[in-house]
Amino acid sequence: MTDIARNGSSAPAPARRNRSLLEVDDRTRRRNAAEARFKLMGSIAVIIGLLALVGLLTSILLNGMSSFRQTYVSLEVYLDPAKLDKDGSGNLEKIAKVTTFGYKPLIQKAMVATVAANGVDDQGLKAKKIADMISPEAPATIRDYVLANPDKIGETVRFDLLAGGRIDGYYKGRVTMETAALDRNVSPEQLRIADALRDAGVLDTRFNWAFFTAPDASDTRPEAAGLGVAILGSAYMMLVVLVLALPLGVAASIYLEEFAPQNWFTDLIEVNISNLAAVPSIVFGILGLAVFINYAGLPQSAPIVGGLVLTLMTLPTIIIATRAALKAVPPSIREAALGVGASKMQTVFHHVLPLAMPGILTGAIIGLAQALGETAPLLLIGMVAFVREYPAAPPEGLFDPASALPVQIYNWTTRGDPAFVERASGAIIVLLVFLLIMNILAIILRRRFERRW
Amino acid sequence: MKSIKLATSAAAIVAVSASAAIARDQVQIAGSSTVLPYAAIVAEAFGENFDFPTPVVEGGGSGAGRKKLCEGVGENTIDIANSSSRIKQSDIDLCASNGVTEIQEVRIGYDGIVFASDINGPDYAFEPADWYNALAKKVAVDGKLVDNANKTWADVKDGFPAQDILAFIPGTKHGTREVFDVKVIEAGCEATGAFDLFKDANGGDKKAAEKACTALRTDGASVDIDGDYTETLARIEANQNAIGVFGLSFYQNNTDKLRVATMGGVVPSVESIASGEYPVSRPLYFYIKNAHLDVIPGMQEYVEFFVSDDIAGPDGPLAEYGLVPDPELAKTQEAVANRTPMGPLN
Repeated sequence: MTDIARNGSSAPAPARRNRSLLEVDDRTRRRNAAEARFKLMGSIAVIIGLLALVGLLTSILLNGMSSFRQTYVSLEVYLDPAKLDKDGSGNLEKIAKVTTFGYKPLIQKAMVATVAANGVDDQGLKAKKIADMISPEAPATIRDYVLANPDKIGETVRFDLLAGGRIDGYYKGRVTMETAALDRNVSPEQLRIADALRDAGVLDTRFNWAFFTAPDASDTRPEAAGLGVAILGSAYMMLVVLVLALPLGVAASIYLEEFAPQNWFTDLIEVNISNLAAVPSIVFGILGLAVFINYAGLPQSAPIVGGLVLTLMTLPTIIIATRAALKAVPPSIREAALGVGASKMQTVFHHVLPLAMPGILTGAIIGLAQALGETAPLLLIGMVAFVREYPAAPPEGLFDPASALPVQIYNWTTRGDPAFVERASGAIIVLLVFLLIMNILAIILRRRFERRW
Repeated sequence: MKSIKLATSAAAIVAVSASAAIARDQVQIAGSSTVLPYAAIVAEAFGENFDFPTPVVEGGGSGAGRKKLCEGVGENTIDIANSSSRIKQSDIDLCASNGVTEIQEVRIGYDGIVFASDINGPDYAFEPADWYNALAKKVAVDGKLVDNANKTWADVKDGFPAQDILAFIPGTKHGTREVFDVKVIEAGCEATGAFDLFKDANGGDKKAAEKACTALRTDGASVDIDGDYTETLARIEANQNAIGVFGLSFYQNNTDKLRVATMGGVVPSVESIASGEYPVSRPLYFYIKNAHLDVIPGMQEYVEFFVSDDIAGPDGPLAEYGLVPDPELAKTQEAVANRTPMGPLN
């Protein structure tokens, strides 16, 4: 603009006219330099962003990959009738009276026997210390087995029991001989026994399926903690969001886009929807607590409440995406349909909506992905809790207490045992994979089905 | 649109609350994050050994838990509140106004508060007076109150290393802070003679003197941590000169990273706290809504299981995790079996 003005107002420099186009003059050089500067700054910004991403991902992966492997000890446990079924009646009720505390001596005996049988030096450790190498989860594993198979009492059964958290940490590099010497929960002697047992094939590290299926565990047994309840809870919440937010959001946008008159009232609604999309999610949590729990009397920690709150949060996203998708359908389609005698309703549902569907689904999936990673509103409705029971199948299960993936991550980072850091990073990886899958799905939908005019 | 949305969600709520009348079948617990790990350990063992579902345990803080307990009677309110400090009269009044009349108080044991620094740092042997001189806003020097000018621990006491004073202490929303204020700062205040000076300055008003004692310096030497102990630990790992305040159980889980200091010449441990030698400890409680005892299945069993010798006794899993067992556990067991509601606060 300025160039033209300048050239027009003052006489052009004669030197300029004679110069070759291939020869770069001062001003061009300046403009080129400005462009080069901007390009450089842009790539620096991208590089900084990429470095941050790589740093974050490597730290999470380094910390978290080990949670997908777990150390097990294979033990032959003698199910002593003198301990488990004192009067020999086989009465299940009486067997159930023996608590997990009654199973500990059996494991201790089995562990000491295994150490001796494999010719492993017991390093002068007491039997209790040797038994401490097995997770406190083990008595529950054996008790569940005995209650399910009471006829096995009196026999010797082989169990794959979880190794203690510190022993497991030793094979993941979290615990070393040096730290073990200072650590009150493990000793170098125990680690040496573990090494010998590993050589003997009694102890091994394998893929940790339980991480995806087991419920949360208390602070004393990080090795048993899993994401089962959290994944179910998140799935239930997404179900509620999908069932409520998608039809509501699509219906609202169709009405607003195709049927509603253009007046100040619809303008107001439009502004409010855009504003709602920007409301911090914690606000929806407060609303959920006040309306759904205190007023409507819904249970605490239940996926239904979480789902309702996240529905409120996702609705504006879906409405905005749907309206954009509807707008992208060219008016000629509508006009053609109306021209051959279709009603307004037929036009929308037979022609416009199918063409807008890929865009709508993409918006819905992105909204769901957002809701999946949301933590703040769940803090207020009691989902940040220690929940070990799996919720029942829906619809009743929606009212049972459950956890959720992001909440479980938050929960684990606050625990005292360092083994939970690994679990939390593992859970982050799982959450990222879910988000990645959803986003890829959205991209595929868009690529495959979206039509451009 | 808005009205459609409102109407539809209202319809959803109504439909949903009609079916929500199904009785709740698990115990719900909320409150102190200090008690949370213990409650989780008990809940887990309870779920393993009984036919009742595992109770749901939530954190959120002592005060918030007690407030939730006092919200009223009914299945959408919690059954038990964990608390790391005693219930307040205001809570009891709130409970009474919402129809929660009978509350049981159960003391589960004691929690020690320890002072620890990076494992590679020097050893410290603290007295409460040292902490007062290091962190208080005003300290007593030659019988006069002056602004705290101590820069390093060597300024506080001869023989301490010349390491900058930097302490990570629990924020004021934590129950731990209250214990730290009373058992360390106020004790140190009295030991250094600053308490008497404050009392004289306030015309003999003891309460005002106590308040003046607990005013800490704000020049960055004392940092409030509002998160949990994992945050304190991370800050210490980042800043090796610092000393942090932890719960005993947290320290016991991280003995390979932390070096614990003695207080009054005593090393903190379950034994030294149980015997009363180690000065900085506090009782932990939970409060039971008696009206729910016969409504929520398994609630009475959970409470009795919690205080049983197997769990809360000296050889139980709680003591192993760092809870100092209550020497009067037998009394508590009896009170719980009889459902004795708590009397007025004394």
